[in-house]
Amino acid sequence: MRIAEMIVAAFLIAIGAVVMWDSVRIGAGWASDGPRSGYFPFYVSLLLILSSLVVFVQAAIGNDRRVFVERRQFGPVLSVFIPTTIFVLVIPWIGIYFATALFIAYFMWWIGGYRDWTILPVAVGVPLATFCVFEIWFLVPLPKGPIETMLGY
Amino acid sequence: MRRIVEGFVALSGAAMLAASFGGDAVAQAWEPTRPVQFIVPAGTGGGADLMARVIQGTIAKNNLMKQPMQVVNKAGGSGGEGFLDVKDSKADPHKLIITLSSLFTTPLATGIPFNWKDMTPVAMLALDEFVLWVNADSPYKTAGEYLAAIKAGGPNKFKMGGTGAKQEDQIITVAVEKAAGQKLTYVPFAGGGQVATELVGKHVDSTVNNPNEAVSHWKAGTLRPLCVFDSKRLPITEKVTATMAWSDIPTCKESGLDVEYVMLRGVFTSPGVPQAAVDYYVGVMRKVRETPEWLDLMKSGAFNTTFMIGDEYRNWVSREEAVHFNLMKEAGFLAN
Amino acid sequence: MDEISSLIGGFATVLQPYNLVLMVVGIVLGVIIGVLPGLGGANGVAILLPLTFSMSPTSAIIMLSCIYWGALFGGAITSILFNIPGEPWSVATTFDGYPMAQKGQAAEALTAAFTSSFVGALFAVVLITFLAPLVAQFALRFGPPELFSVMFLAFCSFVGLGRGSPFKTVASMMIGFWLAAIGLDSITGRLRLTFGSYELMRGVDFLVVVIGLFGIGEILLTIEEGLTFKGKNARINPRIVLETWKELPKYWATSLRSAIIGCWLGITPAGATPASFMSYGIAKRMSKDGDAFGTGRIEGVVAPETAAHAAGTSALLPMLTLGIPGSPTAAVLLGGLLIWGLQPGPMLFVEQKEFVWGLIASMYLGNIVGLIVVLAAVPWFAAILRIPFSIIASVILVLCAIGAYTVHNAILDVWFVLLFGVVGYIFKKLDYPLAPMVLAIVLGDRAESSFRQAMLMSQGDLSIFWANGLVASISGLAVVLLFWPLLSRLRLWLTEKRFFVRRRVQEDVAPTDGRTEAGSGKSRAK
Repeated sequence: MRIAEMIVAAFLIAIGAVVMWDSVRIGAGWASDGPRSGYFPFYVSLLLILSSLVVFVQAAIGNDRRVFVERRQFGPVLSVFIPTTIFVLVIPWIGIYFATALFIAYFMWWIGGYRDWTILPVAVGVPLATFCVFEIWFLVPLPKGPIETMLGY
Repeated sequence: MRRIVEGFVALSGAAMLAASFGGDAVAQAWEPTRPVQFIVPAGTGGGADLMARVIQGTIAKNNLMKQPMQVVNKAGGSGGEGFLDVKDSKADPHKLIITLSSLFTTPLATGIPFNWKDMTPVAMLALDEFVLWVNADSPYKTAGEYLAAIKAGGPNKFKMGGTGAKQEDQIITVAVEKAAGQKLTYVPFAGGGQVATELVGKHVDSTVNNPNEAVSHWKAGTLRPLCVFDSKRLPITEKVTATMAWSDIPTCKESGLDVEYVMLRGVFTSPGVPQAAVDYYVGVMRKVRETPEWLDLMKSGAFNTTFMIGDEYRNWVSREEAVHFNLMKEAGFLAN
Repeated sequence: MDEISSLIGGFATVLQPYNLVLMVVGIVLGVIIGVLPGLGGANGVAILLPLTFSMSPTSAIIMLSCIYWGALFGGAITSILFNIPGEPWSVATTFDGYPMAQKGQAAEALTAAFTSSFVGALFAVVLITFLAPLVAQFALRFGPPELFSVMFLAFCSFVGLGRGSPFKTVASMMIGFWLAAIGLDSITGRLRLTFGSYELMRGVDFLVVVIGLFGIGEILLTIEEGLTFKGKNARINPRIVLETWKELPKYWATSLRSAIIGCWLGITPAGATPASFMSYGIAKRMSKDGDAFGTGRIEGVVAPETAAHAAGTSALLPMLTLGIPGSPTAAVLLGGLLIWGLQPGPMLFVEQKEFVWGLIASMYLGNIVGLIVVLAAVPWFAAILRIPFSIIASVILVLCAIGAYTVHNAILDVWFVLLFGVVGYIFKKLDYPLAPMVLAIVLGDRAESSFRQAMLMSQGDLSIFWANGLVASISGLAVVLLFWPLLSRLRLWLTEKRFFVRRRVQEDVAPTDGRTEAGSGKSRAK
């Protein structure tokens, strides 16, 4: 926990510093007709840095030996997070509908331990239902890939 | 009103004929093969959004296109998001965008890199008018009186409300400042409806609302129009209040305030699309302009119904770009 | 009573079979829109607007406003079941609704949420029916300084000294303000904090942050604790609705207070989201066991839902009477009015009597129909929790991605959702409170712009915030609420002597006080 606290606090301090730098660049003062663009962001970043500094110091002098996350727990988290990242990564390439089908199929197969006869209807049904709701019913375009283009969408 | 519209249709018909001679005769029969995205570089509920949705609805109702039209709002960065999207979609004829003055002002004020030349012009649909409004309880009956009061008062004494920053409303405000030789306090708000209400609530002294943003308050007797920022009076003679019609509002120039401004409501498509696709959309827009829904919108908003395509449209836009550049430069609104 | 006869005329219009069918269709569509995160009420109404062109204006507004009521009802469903707010105004509903669902009380929470929504709406509709002109005059008095003080009040009523590190609370809040500031500065028209990235110019949307922090973050935490949803053993029985109803009248004071807050913020127009937060914050302060808020108190569902629906409904009033939209959805409906050839604004009540009273009558009926529809569906909604985690989790993740995408049609927002999912996961583990961050994003942008508008108007003179009675009393109330924790501590200190005397007597009988219960639900929401 101690290390995790310190890393997060340090990260927040870094964000604060970047925000402060940009606020000063666009003008952080108080002009004759009120605050300028960077006025509020400047003080926001100042408070962010100060409060994170306290958290950092508190964590550094404290002695919190709890584990942030155990390996046993972290495995499953990654086994969901990594495929989700890949899912988002491929959306621009193969479109959201195809990616959804693959993602759901993976999820049910790998995590749920289902076999194909239960996977298939869900993995095909969900993107199909989504397609009907968004593209046809509400006329909201979602990202599409070559397969949809081939089918004329 | 009707006769004027027809006049413009006839006029632009001739222009269209002239333009299509230059086009590609082989690909005349272009039609969309996918749903067409109609991008609105502004939020839902505003003037551009409304116009886009009227067009979408009329097309759907009258079956003017074989494929459906999807309206997509991309309002980020004063509309820069929408324009960049069209600019980056190379030769995609299934993408249209409706314009506001942000076509000129956003790249100048924010440095977001796009220009109307990065897109293919389709047609000018109408021009949106601007009217100088004051609260009906204020003592000013004419633009001249108001201008005199601004001159007599100290700098920043009068507050002008408007939509957005460094956009059309603020540009007009700066032009008024120049004519008066006196600074005004410009207060930016999120939308035109809100601006009009701030004036009704007397939180600001005047606004330059579009006609349909303020007409209801005018009817209710809470706002008073002083002058219209166009070169000639509005054509609609039907009475709005008991005594006045749109056509009774003098132009600002004739009231001694020499400022003119109209806003482009036009359609562009992606760069590099074939002329046949442009011609197709021009045809669709022509049909839209003849529907009663469109005519109603034009009348309720007291629009200037000029229609332009081809080189005429291109020249108009490039002239307007230069005008905006000079106005923004003088006002000190340019980025960097 | 002129209003009554007009209203009866309105009911006659609405009760035509065609309009009744449209009403039900609208409610069902609205609930779907409300459930799908990202596809909010405003988008939904805008998308369906063109469909209504061929209808008469009255039928069209009945259908569209019913979509709106449906969305208001529907936003609570995913908040309670999965901790994913379907709509911005149902964020505060997650604070207690989701813990209730985890305790197996999903059906109770849903019933409470829907019923409270209905009560809030009814209160607002009655207000619109009888006090419309008066209320419109009141709304006109709210310029930028007044609006800022209302935002400030909403902020102060919610933020107090919570449990946990005050420094983490401040840090979390500042992150919220930072995120709200990214993009175009609406006062000067300059880009800020975008560092040259044109993808960032649209800013970071509130909904994107919330879907990530709450939705994805919660799924990651759930996985860590084992691959199941808690609360899947929820009792699913239609009788729960009746049982919950028996309990709700106990919270009449909370309901009334929340409805008033909701109407006020809906009219001003600060909107439904600040209203829900403010109402939750005040309910927590006024409640006898406010410390237990966040652990699954039914009051914590009643307060935000009543306020949100009251605000959402009363937001239509300034639209009808002034032509100024009180919410994004109202803004779209406003556009609809113009399309149907009606001019919104003060003359609408005079010129279009049938339309206006048809709409008001449909507000009554639409909400009744809506309540029946959603209550009937409560068992089914609760049953969703019984679907195995490995199926429903992937569908939720997909819906989060779609929801994020539809907010701005941008793939970057989907990445943001993923990023904020990680942030939510880490922050929850390190006890950074998430609610202050969310509140800061909701209020940050608009509070800043109304502050700066006020400063422009007064040429930099801060005294504009106590320049008249209205703004001064709101600002004063805000300051009092800000220092409420200190005040109550002072009161405690003053009464401490008596407290100790009484305690000594009681200790023999009951050795524990309420503290232990409050402590157990520590990491939730606050």
